[in-house]
Amino acid sequence: MKEILAIEHLSKSFRIHNLHKHIEALHDINITLREGEFVGITGKSGSGKSTVFKCIYRTYAPEAGAIWYHSQTFGPVDLARAPERQIINLRKREIGYVSQFLNVMPRTTARELVKQAVLEMGREERQAEWEADKMLAHFELDEELRDCYPATFSGGEKLRLNIARAMVKRPRLLLLDEPTASLDDASKLRVRELMLQLIREGTTMLGIFHDLAFMENLCDREYTIRDGCLTDLQNHVPSTLETMREISLAK
Amino acid sequence: MDYVQEPVLSVRNLNKQYGGGCLNCRGAKADRLIKNFCPVCGTVYACRDVSFQVYAGEILGVVGESGSGKSTLMECLYFDQEVDGGEALISSYKNGEANLFAESSQQKRYIRNHMMGKVYQNAALSLKMDFSALGNIAEKLIAAGSRHVGRMETRGRELLEHVNIPSYRMKERPKNFSGGMQQRVQIAKALSNNPPLLLLDEVTTGLDLSVQASVLDLIKTIQRELGISVVIVSHDLSVIKMLADRTFVMLDGQMIEHGLTDQILEDPQHPFTQQLVQSLL
Ligand SMILES: Nc1ncnc2c1ncn2[C@@H]1O[C@H](COP(=O)(O)OP(=O)(O)OP(=O)(O)O)[C@@H](O)[C@H]1O
Ligand SMILES: Nc1ncnc2c1ncn2[C@@H]1O[C@H](COP(=O)(O)OP(=O)(O)OP(=O)(O)O)[C@@H](O)[C@H]1O
Ligand SMILES: [Mg+2]
Ligand SMILES: [Mg+2]
Ligand SMILES: [Zn+2]
Repeated sequence: MKEILAIEHLSKSFRIHNLHKHIEALHDINITLREGEFVGITGKSGSGKSTVFKCIYRTYAPEAGAIWYHSQTFGPVDLARAPERQIINLRKREIGYVSQFLNVMPRTTARELVKQAVLEMGREERQAEWEADKMLAHFELDEELRDCYPATFSGGEKLRLNIARAMVKRPRLLLLDEPTASLDDASKLRVRELMLQLIREGTTMLGIFHDLAFMENLCDREYTIRDGCLTDLQNHVPSTLETMREISLAK
Repeated sequence: MDYVQEPVLSVRNLNKQYGGGCLNCRGAKADRLIKNFCPVCGTVYACRDVSFQVYAGEILGVVGESGSGKSTLMECLYFDQEVDGGEALISSYKNGEANLFAESSQQKRYIRNHMMGKVYQNAALSLKMDFSALGNIAEKLIAAGSRHVGRMETRGRELLEHVNIPSYRMKERPKNFSGGMQQRVQIAKALSNNPPLLLLDEVTTGLDLSVQASVLDLIKTIQRELGISVVIVSHDLSVIKMLADRTFVMLDGQMIEHGLTDQILEDPQHPFTQQLVQSLL
């Protein structure tokens, strides 16, 4: 399979000027993803997992290294350096991101949000409405809720909406940062079903999950990050026990 | 592909100063200024080498502290002020090859009437408070070449309806309107000539929160429906967060940082931007 993402020597630190602080978050990270793979990232709280995702999505400005993404439209693009306009385009059409902490648009209904996501892909109005509804139904978001503002939703409802909004695009590359953290088992199952479907359709996924049972049989490979560095295990798939040990150290 | 498109507006090295400058400050000797101000001769360097591009259908945010030059920048782009250097190109005018700042005043008037709309923080700068809301819209339509009264009224009603001014109040003077209504009339007026570019300077400042929300929603809807390009200036980061795709930050007349809006908010690089963002949290 062809490579779709190659993170090479990525480093990232944060300089907080008024506090004279310099936080090293990532150091020389190398990750590769082949088309259609589902790769997991594990590591303790604060180890830098979300930072990797935000660098890929350019919510954070990467400091050193390259993030090569093979775009359908543009060919190879270094996401660390690509023009802002190109990143916006890729976010609309190719790269989806479900963030760990939700950020809902004020005063836009759930239905509208998901529909907008489809419209961004260049579909037409009717089609967008239909796809949005189908997706919201899949995540069992009540008919009445769909026409409400998500600001008043429960945590789980917001999360389901967020996942629906990212997945409805069927992006080529999907970044999932703890998408099941606050979901009940039934909702988790819904997420899992859809992930399986996307995997079948060829979506490449990079995911952060604390829930190991959820990862089971889903994930092709895993990377573990410790204090901003990849551990040596990077290409070796750790046993569930090993991972559990890593996680229990985290708590 | 919208990414490879030519920019709708392209600004290069825009400079604007208030005052003639002196030996101390001439030649952009930044280290001899106190912020944007020359202590020897009192010249204010309001915009210094500002360059940026605006693309079709995008909202570009401009933030910065009070006095950083945001309004001056917008005034220069709308020819309210003469620039002291630099160029601006609009793709719909002479194939985007003519520096707008170098055009004759007659041409500038044409560009302003046909290719731009602007909303001022102070509605009195754009609305004639003693004419009706409809009359104010007609003013811009006439400037853009309309002569047919009936058609102008129809268009005016359509626009005012779009910004939720009830039809029974359209013949009233904006003087009697609330701040939020005045802003909405300004927006309708700015849109009346179907401009490819809309300049918004602090459109929600001074409005109460619920009115702010309705004006912001209106801008978002308009931009989405008409696919118009918008430059929005605000010192309020939450406005920028809601509306802008990309944002640049001004300090003392200079652009100090630019990026995707979420990057500016979550990973600001410049000490000043960090301070600005911290005040939002
Ligand atoms: N915007 C930021 N500014 C400053 N420091 C940051 C920022 N984002 C992350 N960090 C720091 O970088 C380090 C890694 O954070 P990150 O959010 O990537 O951890 P994580 O592995 O996702 O943790 P968790 O499992 O708790 O979500 C932390 O020390 C964090 O404080
Ligand atoms: N007509 C003028 N004559 C002299 N100085 C001026 C004039 N207009 C503006 N200035 C100065 O130019 C600088 C930029 O002003 P400007 O109004 O563009 O700031 P701003 O960023 O819009 O601020 P605010 O957020 O307060 O609206 C300021 O230092 C201001 O004092
Ligand atoms: Mg995290
Ligand atoms: Mg101003
Ligand atoms: Zn001087």
